[in-house]
Amino acid sequence: MSILINKDTTVIIQGITGREAVNLTREGLDYGTKIVGGVTPGRAGRDVYGVPVYDCVRDITAKQQVDGSIVTVPPRFTRDAVFEAIEAGVKLIVIVTERIPRGEVAQMVELARLRGARIIGPNCLGILSPDEAKMGGLGGPAVNVRRAFKKGPIGVMSRSGGMTTEIANTLSAAGLGQSTAVSIGGDAIIGSTYAELMPLFEADRETRAIVIYSEPGGRMEAELADWVRENKSRLPIVAFMAGRFMDEMPGMRFGHAGTIVEGKADTTVDKIERMKAAGIAVAERIEDIPALVKERLRGH
Amino acid sequence: MRFYEYEAKALFARHGTPLPKGQVARTAAEAQKIAAGIGGPVVLKSQVLTGGRMKAGGVKFADAPADAEAAAKAILALEIKGQKPRGVLVEQRAPVAQEYFAAVTWDGRRKLPVLIFSDMGGIDIEEVAEKHPAHVARAHLSTILPWSAYRAKEAIVAVGVTGDDLNRLIPIVSTLVEVFLRYDLTLAEINPLGKLADGRFLVLDGHVDLEGDARDKHAKLLEELGIGKEETREARPPTAFEIKGAQVDASDHRGVAGNVREFDGDLGLVIGAGGGSLTLFDAIRKHGGRPANYCEIGGNPSVRKACDLTKLILSKPGVKKIAVMMNVVSNTRVDIVARGVIKGCVESGRDPAETIAIFRIPGAWEDDGFTILRKYGVEYCDRTVSMDEAAGRAVAKMARA
Repeated sequence: MSILINKDTTVIIQGITGREAVNLTREGLDYGTKIVGGVTPGRAGRDVYGVPVYDCVRDITAKQQVDGSIVTVPPRFTRDAVFEAIEAGVKLIVIVTERIPRGEVAQMVELARLRGARIIGPNCLGILSPDEAKMGGLGGPAVNVRRAFKKGPIGVMSRSGGMTTEIANTLSAAGLGQSTAVSIGGDAIIGSTYAELMPLFEADRETRAIVIYSEPGGRMEAELADWVRENKSRLPIVAFMAGRFMDEMPGMRFGHAGTIVEGKADTTVDKIERMKAAGIAVAERIEDIPALVKERLRGH
Repeated sequence: MRFYEYEAKALFARHGTPLPKGQVARTAAEAQKIAAGIGGPVVLKSQVLTGGRMKAGGVKFADAPADAEAAAKAILALEIKGQKPRGVLVEQRAPVAQEYFAAVTWDGRRKLPVLIFSDMGGIDIEEVAEKHPAHVARAHLSTILPWSAYRAKEAIVAVGVTGDDLNRLIPIVSTLVEVFLRYDLTLAEINPLGKLADGRFLVLDGHVDLEGDARDKHAKLLEELGIGKEETREARPPTAFEIKGAQVDASDHRGVAGNVREFDGDLGLVIGAGGGSLTLFDAIRKHGGRPANYCEIGGNPSVRKACDLTKLILSKPGVKKIAVMMNVVSNTRVDIVARGVIKGCVESGRDPAETIAIFRIPGAWEDDGFTILRKYGVEYCDRTVSMDEAAGRAVAKMARA
């Protein structure tokens, strides 16, 4: 099983005729994703690798069920595209675009809440359920995805798109496949945090453990620690914390937009402490993750 | 992106928020003139992008214009936490009866802006919240429903303010929220918000942070406030090396080869992407390596871009070798990065085999990349070698260099 997407999920791509979107279309189709349409205003009637292009999201939703949309339009058009998808009834939106001011991200998140839609990202590589489907650039071309991602019992959530693949690859090499891997995004405000995705993994009977990749900045790790404590999760969690050097460099931005140390709660030391206190294992190196996961799977 | 106090106040003034009479001076003579224009006692404040001004001696009082000149001279010569002041703000000094606090910032957990109001201003608000919770009111704001001033009223009333004070505070606090929302700020703070003996309220100090990613959106405002495009306004100003790094990144729209940060080590790093760079930088340091720089490559940069970045790093005095490493890549082509870094070594007059301590980028087009690396005798590894191990190998080579 998987969360969020599987081989039956119908997907559209907003901004489908853009350079990056054309690649996403190719990669998605090759991996078996049901991409049923694309949107670029003024380009209706064309196609991208056989996927029909429309002017509006409603032109597609009027004809058929659309489960998800990948939004890959320039930052200043993103809010409008996301609003259009939400109001057309699309319930899962992956925002690939980066450099969107957080005020606009908050608007998208607030509208999504109001309408019962879920946002992944922005500034992310999307979602991948091995051997099922992928929404976004995660893992790259299908041939590369198949090397790094294998089907299995581990749920992966990561603030870094690239590290999602690195971790999946490390798990796969150790015989630990993934149920679904989610690149949740590197911004200060994102549609779905670790804690907000946990209930989905919790409800997925195939998922037996969680691996997360974390960074300095924000309260997402603290929120996860609280969630684990309050919900007595059945899923053991192993975390990797990058950017430890940043604790000594407050006020400097490295990596992602949301990665900055402004106060004590932003530091890796504080986050590691909170996660450990909640029973989350913290790996010192990426290659230590599989053994920590296996240890915890045996205990369950 | 932090504003100087005088810029924050200029922004507030545009929206009718009451401020003490005053102006920023770049020289002591100018400060004297401003003080004379105000007439009466003035306060002079160092314009730096850091807290702790008062303690450091960056705030002085003067009763006469001549004293103001001397005070300004001392302030302008004073570095605070390594920062030279941008100028000195000369303001009318008014007798304050009580200090209030008002701020709007982001609550990342709720994903909404939050208005914070207190009738105990002038001191650390977190401390007030801890010791006197009844004196701190919070109100979360919608980002899609229209803002209305009654929300400010409710927050002010919640700490026990009523009467004329309430009616004078509502427009000031409400305007603060409007400014926050309109300009994509990450912080808009008035602290202290002073109540004078005659009952009027004035913004005594202000703090504004604008979202870095919203700079283009508010380019007109920034230009009008005199904030230059080249000003990064981070914890420290960029070095010449870092500015050149940004130029390399901007020279070509394909992919990223940027966010270059200078350190004082001897091992140059060509690393990526966002999370990969953080992981690799940690790994190099853990193995005892001394990075000469931090950077991020990704999104499939052109050969030229990877080459220019390599040349820049190799041009830094003391850089003995470079390590070229990334996580398993999704959309960056291994062969293109390999070509770029080898070209960068050759164009710098260095032997790639000697200069590249390790090349660890697995992923798309890796076979083509590895073929090129073999041809030049560069040590490379595939995904069976972890990021940590690759970093360890690079550091070990430095010890032998």
